[in-house]
Amino acid sequence: MIPPGKSSLKRPPAVEALIKRHRLRPIELLPWAIAVAAYFLFPGYLALGAQIFIMVLFALSLDLILGYAGIITLGHAAFFGVGAYTAGILAVQGWHEPISGLIAAGVAAAVVGLVSGLVILRTHGLTLLMLTLAIVFMLHEAANKAGFITGGADGLQGIAIDPIFGAFRFDMFGRTAYWYALVVLFLGWAFVRLLVHSPFGRSLTGIRENVVRMHAIGTPVRRRLVTAYTISAGLAGVAGGLLAQTTEFVALNVISFELSGAVLIMLIFGGVGRLYGAFIGAPVYMIAEDELAKADPVYWLFWIGLILILLVMFARGGILGLIDQAMHLVRWRRK
Amino acid sequence: MKHLKAWLGAAALMLAGTAAQADTIKVGLLFTLSGPGASLGDQMDKAVRLYIKQHEKELPPGTKIELIRRDETGPKPDVVKRLAQELITRDRVQVLAGFTYTPNAMATAPLATEAKVPMVVMNAGTSAIVRQSPYIVRTSFTMWQSGYPLGQWAAAQQGVKTGYTAVADYAPGHDIEQSFIKGFTEAGGEIIGSVRMPVFAQDYTPFLQRVKDAKPDVLCIFVPAGKQATAIVKAYNDLGMAEAGIRLIGPGDLTPDDELANMNELPEGVITTIHHYSAAGDRPANKAFVEAWQKEYGQDSVPGFLAVGAYDGMAAIFHAIKAQNGKWDPDRAMEMLKGWKHESPRGPMMIDPKTRDIVQNEYLRKLVRVNGKLANVEIETIPMVEDPWVKFNPPK
Repeated sequence: MIPPGKSSLKRPPAVEALIKRHRLRPIELLPWAIAVAAYFLFPGYLALGAQIFIMVLFALSLDLILGYAGIITLGHAAFFGVGAYTAGILAVQGWHEPISGLIAAGVAAAVVGLVSGLVILRTHGLTLLMLTLAIVFMLHEAANKAGFITGGADGLQGIAIDPIFGAFRFDMFGRTAYWYALVVLFLGWAFVRLLVHSPFGRSLTGIRENVVRMHAIGTPVRRRLVTAYTISAGLAGVAGGLLAQTTEFVALNVISFELSGAVLIMLIFGGVGRLYGAFIGAPVYMIAEDELAKADPVYWLFWIGLILILLVMFARGGILGLIDQAMHLVRWRRK
Repeated sequence: MKHLKAWLGAAALMLAGTAAQADTIKVGLLFTLSGPGASLGDQMDKAVRLYIKQHEKELPPGTKIELIRRDETGPKPDVVKRLAQELITRDRVQVLAGFTYTPNAMATAPLATEAKVPMVVMNAGTSAIVRQSPYIVRTSFTMWQSGYPLGQWAAAQQGVKTGYTAVADYAPGHDIEQSFIKGFTEAGGEIIGSVRMPVFAQDYTPFLQRVKDAKPDVLCIFVPAGKQATAIVKAYNDLGMAEAGIRLIGPGDLTPDDELANMNELPEGVITTIHHYSAAGDRPANKAFVEAWQKEYGQDSVPGFLAVGAYDGMAAIFHAIKAQNGKWDPDRAMEMLKGWKHESPRGPMMIDPKTRDIVQNEYLRKLVRVNGKLANVEIETIPMVEDPWVKFNPPK
């Protein structure tokens, strides 16, 4: 990234402000501190923790295209699923090494993202939305039909994953899974952060805000969108691969409209297009789901629905939007 | 999974340690209680509560049973495996029970093995489940248990020559298709066509018209019990297939007891189904069960095969607790369950000591009018059917 300015005196204030925007602020380390602390504070919840990290990564990949590039999709689980099945099938067929398996999952999902993106990103708006839906349904059915390799509706059995670096076994308490998912999430976050602050990322925001103008200044809009879509698909695939490797099972629910919807809701919970929406939305949603489902296993979905309605009615920017408004109010009072 | 053993061995020791001194047996229940499958979990949940209410006092003195209920949320193996993991490591349950859908049971099986926690499958019906862990027993059914004998019965005893299958295009449908064809052709019948239909199809006429044109002697249908069953039976009737000489047979899902009121215009005697349970079953154990159920949950509520699977699953757990006099050792519990015989509302049942799968009667029922209302009347019993799938798929 941009190195911190040594001679800030020589720089005009505008430049300084722009550089400062991208500098790592201390508060950005907070999620990681919480994640490390949670390992020691809640040793009974490590499996949930690992699944939360996976969903954060998945939501983060969605944020890249939805929040930054403005591509509305209801089919993002297609890539999550391709990643999960790639990692799972590799392990079943005898390739048990986790990290290369995870990379393969990302690459496979990125390829599917590239091919489908080339086709569907010619459209926009409702047509695009329907096409993303079509893709997730088609892949779901393909996985269902290809039972000889995916296990079909019964799920893919017999996934065995080697210890990471030959040293860290995946244990029943989820310790290894927790750290593994956390480290992958950290790398994913660092990459996305770099990306959205780069000129490429800024051009995505430009496309979202005013696509006509971006055309006018000569930006290759479609190529940028397809690139973003491919990267996002790859990240979603890595998240799916993580799920397959840490739970050692894959079933059709990883490629479903339902999961696409759930991840969208998580992102909206947190706040769209702000990089940290995923970090707030996924944990809040999943912890709320876990706790509500334990307190009331029959009607918990009602409470989730109620929270969602309230959030959409009174907090359009999600939880981060609410925090923003509160900060704004405090500052305004001080003045 | 091999490399997990060290950790899990330690965990199992810990669990065994707590189990030996505890007088409270903790049972982790995993049912689908929300989403489109919520009614399935509801039946199972009600059956478990009814069983406990009726039988709690039979436990050895000082022994209590504690239920910890979790929502599977549907066919979601990742969620269910995590919940099972938490139930084992955090809540220290000694038994896992429930499992509405096959993938959920499949994903949890390795945990049962490694943590030595017996797992009672109360519904999921794919044959291969019990092979996934030596700690699994099943108290429900397998699809092969009805499809294979149905095929044999039709070809061997009814003198039917040609058959056609039409099944819903998902795992249970595929199982019925394969098992029926196997049984039917082995007994000398000939299959002249097969069609797979969308699980929740709106209109079955195009599929059945094709069958009618092919003129088989018998048509075997499997669709999910409920509205789909009524829809396809009506399509069969509207197309005049009975008059064209095509008999309709299928597993019990085709004529569920609670849908019969909607099929009232059907002619008598053209449909024969096979199933392990009917609420109308004329056995003392079943009458007592249905009566207790309706006293608890209202006259309009009818227990189905899901309820019976869960009810008998609870009976199995109680048997293992009583046989160990209130103590709980997972390996002894499994020994107690192997070969366990029980007089269930569905009739006699047994846990096969070799496969740990259920062995039970299958009943052939004819759809006829009783007091002006359609009912599934049992006409023939095939006693103590083992899962035929095992014979054709020997363990590797």
